[in-house]
Parts: sequence; C-alpha cells; structure tokens
Amino acid sequence: MVERSEAEQDQPSYNPRIVAFCCNWCSYAGADLAGTTRVQYPPNVRIVRVMCSGRVDPAFVLKAFTLGADGVIIAGCHPSDCHYINGNEKTATRGDFLSEFLEEAGIESQRFRVEWIAGSEGQKFAEVIRGMVSDLEMLGPVAQEVA
Amino acid sequence: MSSSKSLEENSAKKTSEQEKSPEEPRVGVFVCHCGSNIAGTVDVGKVTETAEKLPGVVVAKENKYTCSDLGQDEIIKAIKENEVNRVVVAACSPRMHEPTFRSCIKEAGLNPYLLQMVNLREQCSWVHSQQKEEATKKAIDLVRMGVAKASRLVPLEAREVPVEQTSLVIGGGVAGIQASLDMAQMGFKVYLVESEPSIGGRMAQLDKTFPTGDCAICILAPKMVEVARHPNITLMSYSEVEEVKGFIGNYDIRVRRKSRFVIEDKCVGCGACADVCPVKVDNKFDLGYGKRKAIYVPFPQAVPLKYTIDKDNCIHFKNGKCKACIKVCANDAIDHEKEDEIVDLKVGTIIVATGYDTYLPKKRGVYKYWEYPNVITGLELERLINASGPTGGHLTRPSDGEIPRRIAFIQCVGSRNKKLGNNYCSRVCCMYAIKNAQIVKEHEPETEIAVYYNDIRAFGKGFEELYHRVREEYSVEFIRGRPAKLSENPETNSITIRAEETLLNKITEREFDLVVLSTGLLPSEGSKRIGKTLALSLSPDGFFMEAHPKLRPVDTAMDGIYLAGCAQGPKDIPDSVAQAKAAAASAACVMSGKKVKIEPVTAAIEEDLCVACGLCVEMCPYNAPELYEGEKGTKARVIEALCHGCGTCVAACPQKAIMANQFTDDQITSEIVSALEGVGNGGGKADERAKKPAAEEEV
Repeated sequence: MVERSEAEQDQPSYNPRIVAFCCNWCSYAGADLAGTTRVQYPPNVRIVRVMCSGRVDPAFVLKAFTLGADGVIIAGCHPSDCHYINGNEKTATRGDFLSEFLEEAGIESQRFRVEWIAGSEGQKFAEVIRGMVSDLEMLGPVAQEVA
Repeated sequence: MSSSKSLEENSAKKTSEQEKSPEEPRVGVFVCHCGSNIAGTVDVGKVTETAEKLPGVVVAKENKYTCSDLGQDEIIKAIKENEVNRVVVAACSPRMHEPTFRSCIKEAGLNPYLLQMVNLREQCSWVHSQQKEEATKKAIDLVRMGVAKASRLVPLEAREVPVEQTSLVIGGGVAGIQASLDMAQMGFKVYLVESEPSIGGRMAQLDKTFPTGDCAICILAPKMVEVARHPNITLMSYSEVEEVKGFIGNYDIRVRRKSRFVIEDKCVGCGACADVCPVKVDNKFDLGYGKRKAIYVPFPQAVPLKYTIDKDNCIHFKNGKCKACIKVCANDAIDHEKEDEIVDLKVGTIIVATGYDTYLPKKRGVYKYWEYPNVITGLELERLINASGPTGGHLTRPSDGEIPRRIAFIQCVGSRNKKLGNNYCSRVCCMYAIKNAQIVKEHEPETEIAVYYNDIRAFGKGFEELYHRVREEYSVEFIRGRPAKLSENPETNSITIRAEETLLNKITEREFDLVVLSTGLLPSEGSKRIGKTLALSLSPDGFFMEAHPKLRPVDTAMDGIYLAGCAQGPKDIPDSVAQAKAAAASAACVMSGKKVKIEPVTAAIEEDLCVACGLCVEMCPYNAPELYEGEKGTKARVIEALCHGCGTCVAACPQKAIMANQFTDDQITSEIVSALEGVGNGGGKADERAKKPAAEEEV
C-alpha cells in the first residue's frame, strides 16, 4: 500500500485518470451501449479505440503509466467471441506478462486490468470503470519513486 | 510547459520520419451539439474554443446537427476556405456516422480516411449527464486526442474486389424462405441451408395465424414448394453451415450435408418405408405429442418430401437385422452406409434467418410444467388444435384424453420477468393466446376460458380488433394478475390457480382442466452456433444485434451479412416477412454491383526493418503474412486480400516493421499522450513523473 505524502493529502481531491484500450467490435460497442442506455459512470476514463484488443502493444500500456495514467484497461471480446477468431487470446497472454512485469516495477495489480466486455454489456462497461475508479481512489496516486 | 508536451513533439518528429505525411496537417474541428444530446451536458462553445488553439488546427466550428445537410455543407465550406487537409468531427460514435462524414469530406476533395471521429455523445455526454463540468473537461481531452491522431492520418485507398453474385441464406423458416425467393426472383443464385429435414420452420408448426385466422401451413406451403422448384435456389435441407471464411463479396462457406441414409434423388416420398418401419418414436415436430417412425418426414407437407432415417432409433443401426424399409423401397433409395457430404460454396452475401426457440419453464418452477401433465405451452397447444397434428385438431388434455371444459392461459411466461426468464417482451404471446382462445371457442363454444395477463399488448394491424372480438363476442375472460401458485388435484389432474386479481384487489383460486403457458421467444440454439461461426455480435437480449437499431435494422456489423426474422429479435410473421424482404434487398444492393469497396484498414510491412523472424506469420489467424524470397532476401509480406486488419501482428513484431493502417503505433501513442496531457493539474502527479520517463518505455 502506498503511503500518501503530506503534499498529496493537501490536494483537494484525487482524480485518477484511466486509459482504456477498447476493441472496436465488443468493448467499444459496449461503451457505446452504456451511452445509448444512459448508464452513468465516472468521467475518469479516456478510451483509445483499436480494431482488436490484440493490437495493443504492451509498450502502449507502459507508455500510459509513464505519462501519468493511474490505471490502464485493455478491453476485448469475451474468450471465443473474438471478431478476429483469437486476437483476445493473445491479449490474455500479453496481459499476464504485463501484470507480472508491472508488479515487479512497483505498480499495483489493481492499476492494470484486462477485461472482456461484449457489445451487449453496456452495464458491465460502466461497472468496470466504477470499480476501477474506486480501487484507484483507495490506492491513491502511483508512488513517485516507481515512476 | 509540461514535459508531456515535449514528448508529444518528439513522437511527432518520429512520425514525420517514419511516415512522411504528404503535407503539414491543417486540421478542421467540427463539434456537434446533437441538439441537446451533447450540448445539454457538454459546453460545446468552450470545447470549440479550446480546439481552435490546438496545434495544427486551422478552423474549429460548432454546429447544432453536424450530420444534417447544413452541417455537412459547413464542413465542406470550411475545408475549402481554410485549405483543411485533416478533419475531426466531434459528435457521435464512429460506429454511427463515420461513413457519413467520410463521404462528406470526400465530396470536398479530401481522401475519406483523413477523418477522425471523436465520440462525445455515447462516451461522454450521455454517460456523464450529471457532471457537466467534468464532462466538458473530458470532451476537451477527447477532442485533443482526436486532433493528435488526425494530424497523423495518411490517405488510404479502398480496395475494390469482385462480388460473387450468389447468396447464402441460413435457416429455412418463413424469413429465410422469403429472403431466398426475393433474391432468386431478382436473378441471384441462392443457397438455402436448413438444419432440419424440411424447411418451414416454426410457422409450419402453427395452426392458424393472428389476427386474420389464415391457416399457417396453407399460406406457407406454396412458398415452400416455390423454393424447391425455383431454378435459382439450391435447397440444402438437413445441412449445417460449418465454416465461414472471407469477407463481403467473397465468402467461402463449408456446408455439411448430413446423411439422411436415403438417397434424395431416388426418394419419391411415397412413404412405403414408413408404413413398414416397426419403430415408433415421439415426433419432435409435434413436441412429443405425436408419434413418427424411425424413417420419417416431419410433417405431411414437408419440402423436400424426402424421407430421413433417424439413426439413433433405427433397428438396422443397432443390430443390422431389420431391412424392412430396404425391401419395400421400389427405387432403391435407402442406403444405411451413406455418409455426410461436405460441400464448399462461394457466395457474396449471407442472410442469417435462424429463428427462435420457445422458452421452457424451469424445473420445479412456479408453473409446474414438468410435474403436471395438464400444464402445456402455447406451441404445444398449436399442435393439439392443428388439423394435421397428433389429435387431428380435436383438443384433448394430455392426462386423460378428455376434452377440457375450463382452460386458463398464463401470459408472459419467460418474458418481462428477469427472475423467471427474460426482461424483454416476446411480442407474439398476447396475440397467439387470444387467437388460440378464439379457436378453442369455435371448436367448443361452451368452454370457459380465462387469460391471466399483465398487460395486453395488441399493437399490430387488426390486433386490437381481434382482442375486443374475443373478449366481447367469445366471452373470454381477461384477468389481470400473475398467478402465484398452481396445484393439482391428484384424482382429476385438474389444476387450481391461485392468483392476485390486481384490478379487483383480491386473491382468488379457480380450478381449470388445462393450463396453457404463453411462453416467450428465445434466441435459437442454431443462432448461437452460427453466431460463433460468423462472429456476429449479440444484443443484451441474446438475439443478433443489428448495425443500427433504427437506420440499419437488417444489417450486421459485418459487411455483407444481414439478418431476417426472429434471429434479430421476437417478431410476428408479417414483420419477419418484411424484414426478410429488406434483407434480400440489402444483399441485392451489394450483389447488383460487380465490385465492392473494402476498408483499407490492413497491415503493411516495412521490408527494410523486417528480419523474417516469422512471428507475424504465427500470430495471424488468417494466414495473411507470409515469408518469401525477394531481392532483399527472406522477408515477410502481407497478402492484403487475406488481412482483416486486427493488428495483432503489429503488436507482436519485435522490429516494429509492421504498420496497421489507421492504427499506427504513432497514431495510438499520440492519443495516449493527449489523453494524459495535464493529468497533474487534476490532482495526480503526472507532470513530475513524466519528467523522468522510465526505462520501461524501451521494453
């Protein structure tokens, strides 16, 4: 657990920033469905659209953390539902590798998630964002020495 | 100045070296109010003002409805007046209007792929409607991300590929039949694949149709026959689509033609075999109420009228002894050794018409369907009142074969109730119950009928009139209330329903001889299988998702694949037929052109960087990259026609030698950088952290 410095405690509120890589066919569509059904979630997330979650180079995730992201999500289609047959399997493998690597680098496991969100799961998209924001609020900012 | 800014400049410098953008970006930003959909939450004026000051932006404008004629004219005008060469439209989801704005900027003389959509509606204003200030901040970030990516877009050319003027229709219910006939009539070749031994689908099982009372099979059978006879239609019944590859205009289909153990060309459908077959089993078509032989046609009007041997029940398959059917067949049509055939087809378009299954109540549930013989479903009732059904159309109750004098219908079983099934309304149950009540009354006018309902939804043409007629002229009783408990009299097998009659505000108990559950519609098992094969998206209700609920109700997200009938959601016969006709017309739009344009979102390999490690070849599910011997030695190259543009190979390439068009490393990185710009000001520590980019970046 990260100890908050005094300077951080002085700040009015901690507003974690999440970068979410969403595949076009499932999770981006799920995020759209959250919109069309007016499901509300906190405005902390910035979505980067990719065609397949398999497009997400681990370097993108590291880049995001380096630039100050408090959390990163890679979201794709559910296992065996990939629009590109099995791109999400590659995402899962890369995700496992990334989680381990990030933990070793001192970035808590709650800060990086691989999520499967279908085009029909607007509600789930919102829940994932809500969940992550609340996790990050508990954690506070990434420890400076880590970054 | 924040240091992330300098990083951005760095990466921008890298781009210009990598990609040699043809000219300096001059970005035009168009922010949409979408009436009050966006502007009601997001301060569009502020977003536009901020956008105007972003690097590379030469003009930023706001518009009430950017997709309208006026809005598009404004884009075209601004492009011309300001020599804009990259366009950002900050409005709705790209899944909605990207094609619209691509055409728009093309009209202004720009390459259509120099457009970047920013999703302010679905992913900002609609989901943060209570947080106007935060939503505006997010909108500003999203536009900044869009401008950064737009500045790095390069022109792309859509590929043109020839179109196979043939269609595959999956599912031979009324929707598949109608779609096949329409396309065949327009001159296109059609393969109609049906998994059951006969086409006809659910409609063939129904007795009469609401609200007009037409006999279902009487109006369907002529269409079934027409399908079989049409020179442009190849009917493949008792067959399954096993594999689908390719893309719009060029789908490769593998179909398994399951063996009937009867040679179709030789069988004349005389039925002599079934007459002598000694095995009797439940007929699935009659939902277990009637019997059929082990060699059978599911119903008398089956198309094709060819017999099928049910391998699981045929004695010949058990011990090889019985040869009754072989002996009696005058045409030597029986062949117990016959194997499945695999057929490969090439088609340009696909129509999915895989229909529905009906909900079955839960075991040990409140309706006691599995315990009490006199609790049946609406579809079972259809078979029991059908003249060609197991009882010859004389309604008797399952427990004792007596004519039921008191019948209850229970509505919304498996519909509009998450606990007991599904949230949605199945749209047909009110009317089929009302119609069946009328039919029962016509047969046996003295029958006492009560319908337990929540709301009567009589929304279609002629529905309300039928409802009133049945209530007033046929004296069918309508009781508002959901039954809480059913209990059986063990001696008579009659059933007592305990329910709260909500209009009278009292709890009543009444005894009935027969209870009919008006069960709802579910996505069919076939749909689930075919959905996986085609990688189609599902709506929250589990039915196939259309490309747009209002404007593209028969299209899917996959180009060249269309939906017809209940595969897309519960609907009645006229709606299924209408949608089938629409799907046929949509498919015909594609097939009537000789060529079709394909998105140029594919991968491309920079040969000089490639070390021929072969990782991309391994990664690709479509075998698009291949290694070859060229002038520069062994290199990888991408066969464009096979590439679907997922970008998995791009992420895997250790040399960064592969580029994903429209999703390059540099374009995505620019979005990440912009998304995190100024994070420090929001309370985080990004600025300080960004000053010392970690070694991780090089990983």
